[in-house]
Amino acid sequence: MLINAVVNGKKVSWEVAKDEMLADTLRNHGLLSVRTGCDTGNCGICTVWVEGKPVLSCSTLSFRVDGKSVTTLEGVSKEAAKFAEILTAEGAEQCGFCSPGLIMNVLALARELKTCGDEEINHYLAGNLCRCTGYMGQLRAVKKYLGVDGR
Amino acid sequence: MRSVGKAAKKIDGMALATGKPSYTEDMVPANALVVKILRSPHAFAKIRSVDTSRAERVEGVECILTYRDVPRVRFTLAGQSYPEPSPYDRLILDPVVRYVGDEVAVVAARDDKAAAEALRKIRVEYEIYPPILDFEQAQNGGAIHPEENLSCNFPIGLQAEKNVASSQTIEAGDFSGELAACAAVVEETYYTQAQAHAMMETYRAFSYLDSQGRLVVVTSTQIPFHVRRQLARALQLPAGKIRVIKPRIGGGFGGKQTGAVEVFAALVTLKTGKPARIVYDRRETFSCTTSRHAMRLKVRMGADTEGYIRALEIVTLSDTGAYGEHAPTVLGCVGEYTLPLYNKTRALRFSGRAVYTNKTPAGALRGYGATQGTFAVESTLNKLAEKMNLDPTEMRLKNIIKEGETYLTGKGVPLGSSSLGRCIEKGKELIGWQEKFPRREAASNKVRGVGMAVAMQGSGIANIDTASAELRLNDDGNITLLLGSTDMGTGSDTILAQMAAEVLRISPEKIIVHAADTDVSPYDPGSYASSTTYVTGNAVLRAAEDLKQKIIARGAAFLEIDPEEAEYDGETVKEAAGKDPATAALEGSGEKGITLAKIAEQSVLGIGRHQLTGQATFGGEVSPPPFVAGFAEVEVDKETGKVELVDYVAVVDCGTVINPNLARIQAEGGIAQGIGMALYEDVKYSEKGKMQTDTFMQYKIPGREDVGRVRIAFEESYEPTGPFGAKSIGEVVINTPPPAIAQAVYNAVGVRVTDLPITAEKVFMGMREIVHK
Repeated sequence: MLINAVVNGKKVSWEVAKDEMLADTLRNHGLLSVRTGCDTGNCGICTVWVEGKPVLSCSTLSFRVDGKSVTTLEGVSKEAAKFAEILTAEGAEQCGFCSPGLIMNVLALARELKTCGDEEINHYLAGNLCRCTGYMGQLRAVKKYLGVDGR
Repeated sequence: MRSVGKAAKKIDGMALATGKPSYTEDMVPANALVVKILRSPHAFAKIRSVDTSRAERVEGVECILTYRDVPRVRFTLAGQSYPEPSPYDRLILDPVVRYVGDEVAVVAARDDKAAAEALRKIRVEYEIYPPILDFEQAQNGGAIHPEENLSCNFPIGLQAEKNVASSQTIEAGDFSGELAACAAVVEETYYTQAQAHAMMETYRAFSYLDSQGRLVVVTSTQIPFHVRRQLARALQLPAGKIRVIKPRIGGGFGGKQTGAVEVFAALVTLKTGKPARIVYDRRETFSCTTSRHAMRLKVRMGADTEGYIRALEIVTLSDTGAYGEHAPTVLGCVGEYTLPLYNKTRALRFSGRAVYTNKTPAGALRGYGATQGTFAVESTLNKLAEKMNLDPTEMRLKNIIKEGETYLTGKGVPLGSSSLGRCIEKGKELIGWQEKFPRREAASNKVRGVGMAVAMQGSGIANIDTASAELRLNDDGNITLLLGSTDMGTGSDTILAQMAAEVLRISPEKIIVHAADTDVSPYDPGSYASSTTYVTGNAVLRAAEDLKQKIIARGAAFLEIDPEEAEYDGETVKEAAGKDPATAALEGSGEKGITLAKIAEQSVLGIGRHQLTGQATFGGEVSPPPFVAGFAEVEVDKETGKVELVDYVAVVDCGTVINPNLARIQAEGGIAQGIGMALYEDVKYSEKGKMQTDTFMQYKIPGREDVGRVRIAFEESYEPTGPFGAKSIGEVVINTPPPAIAQAVYNAVGVRVTDLPITAEKVFMGMREIVHK
């Protein structure tokens, strides 16, 4: 089936199978920041925005974004780089495999969260698993990016 | 120092952090065949027949391969230096399947759908055997590996008919006599669970034939050179016909120190001549690769009236699952990385067996036996300290090995460096030990307790693992650093560049790191066994020194002066200052100098030139231990048994800290993984042997709301054999959380959990027992 969507600001018309997942569609169209880590909606790596809201692209059927806007990390590369500079200054990117999903949620958090204490940040990002860093360095980076001191 | 000790950013950090194509799957050729595996639904069975005829008719299917299509030479997937200690007990595809998920057939098709449909249409008849799932009963069951061509490279205590993959004993002193003479003795039996690596990037590889008809395998691996050797043996292909390339790796933790998917893609490429890719899903990653060896550890420990530990015994039973990857060495490390800690002992005994069972194979996982051994030994020491009314920190300070000292089974080699005593003192201060030990009421139904443990590891494998490094001065004045080690996110490529830059007195930006490609890289066993900083680092240090001397010599030759009169500051080679001005004036050499850029250019261009390279190989005679003192504060709900980790302090001695940011993240990440092992993670099987915890739904790794506060501090020592005094850090940091948290829980509510993980249920049941006593 054919879907029409706005992906990273550009109008696209893509042919997708009816059981195709958004993560696969985006990847097949060269958006390689979109990757999956779990297949069960637990790890958060595949997070993209649909209509500006974070969704798990591994669990979103592609035809669901027909007529909608989709944003991947490639579409917010400037703002992503700003946070990534801080994250890498902490050494907290480590293997980097979970970074795209984390960054999409950090940018959404910056927009949505009113109070940014440690608990609120950790709760907002609870769906982003990371096996390398132990999360402390990511928390330090998020707080520096937001310009808050947390607790 | 200019580079070493600086919190430099990772050289690949921005690309990784911003999602740039860097990993194996980002590079797969568009026309690559999709490879999928048909797996055994039975824990133990023999394949009676396989009918692939219907599957072969599925449109888009390229080939279907079964045990009839593979060489009958057994090999090991363990990533270890040749000759590997792990038994050669695998075939690529075997007519006998030994766990639920064992490979039965390989399907290659043009897309995922065709491959999946073909898998459904393969018909297999099995002769089902009763599986052996309980590792404590494994030695009484039928042989899991009765095959005649099972072999090992040297004696590892293999008794296949009894399902013993490996056994060993180390003994010094008269254990029974010394134990009997002790004023206080405790003993306990511990169970440590299988743990999954759960790296975020699952196992994946692709392969193709290059323009010379050679097999190229691109894979997310920690061990490119070992993979090449495995493939050569498994596929019966000369190693020279194989090239293994490692792109960036999305986490490894030892999982990718065991071959997994490479051989299946390679097999398809060899059979079809076409590119092939294989990507394991999360379920396969959990259930069809490896996990930490589950163990039973019986410990006896005795001390004299003054609190000196005089006798220690560890008896270990290790569950290696269906295949013996890393079975002998993980078992050995249980003792190797615990027995040296307390060197006032007069008798030590370590014995252990690793047994086959019909479960997912065990393998290498960060900590590698030390983690299991540390839980048992440290928990026992905590129990003994309590029995003797000693503060556990004081008892450790009294008993730990110190710099220059030896230990009973250590062959008289003195310890080169340790600041463990300072680590303990610092940790006490940071956690607030004096005020908090052992417990305090937090609320009406909540109580807080503190606990601690210490741990060690090694830095590389002494006398075995040997790494090489090469540096090349390019025509443009930049320097290429060629490595075979495998940065899996740790930042090892960055710290090795920092080391080379330090020696060469140049900015790290002028160093171009290349790793790893078996066609190009100098030999390196790979990044495992906490080896890269120490073993590869020592090779880099020496290679850089070699290049520096050559730069000076070449510069001196251009200046027509003696190399010993030349001075090098990273930019220029010039005549050394301090030379008698009159002589300098006479020789007209006072201002003479040549830049590094000019030396570089002049070394490659023109007749009779010789490009400058530095090369070195390093294999250590010792494996200097890093140390950690870990302190946990927990809050336990007395009504439910729920344990909340409030604070964790780890004070680390990794020698000189090469890069404080990257070292800290390594430590924080290791602690979190240790917290997972202590409180949450548990690989579980059904009664029929199917792994039940094969997704992140059922297998919980710590999330950011679970780890509480983790604080890291460093107490540097100086390791005389280390590069710039450095030791390892990658593994040692995972070892303290299980025993420290277990003791904190005990101190809070009096429940001693000896089988991991420490769940609310176990704590609750333990509290009920105390009430009923």
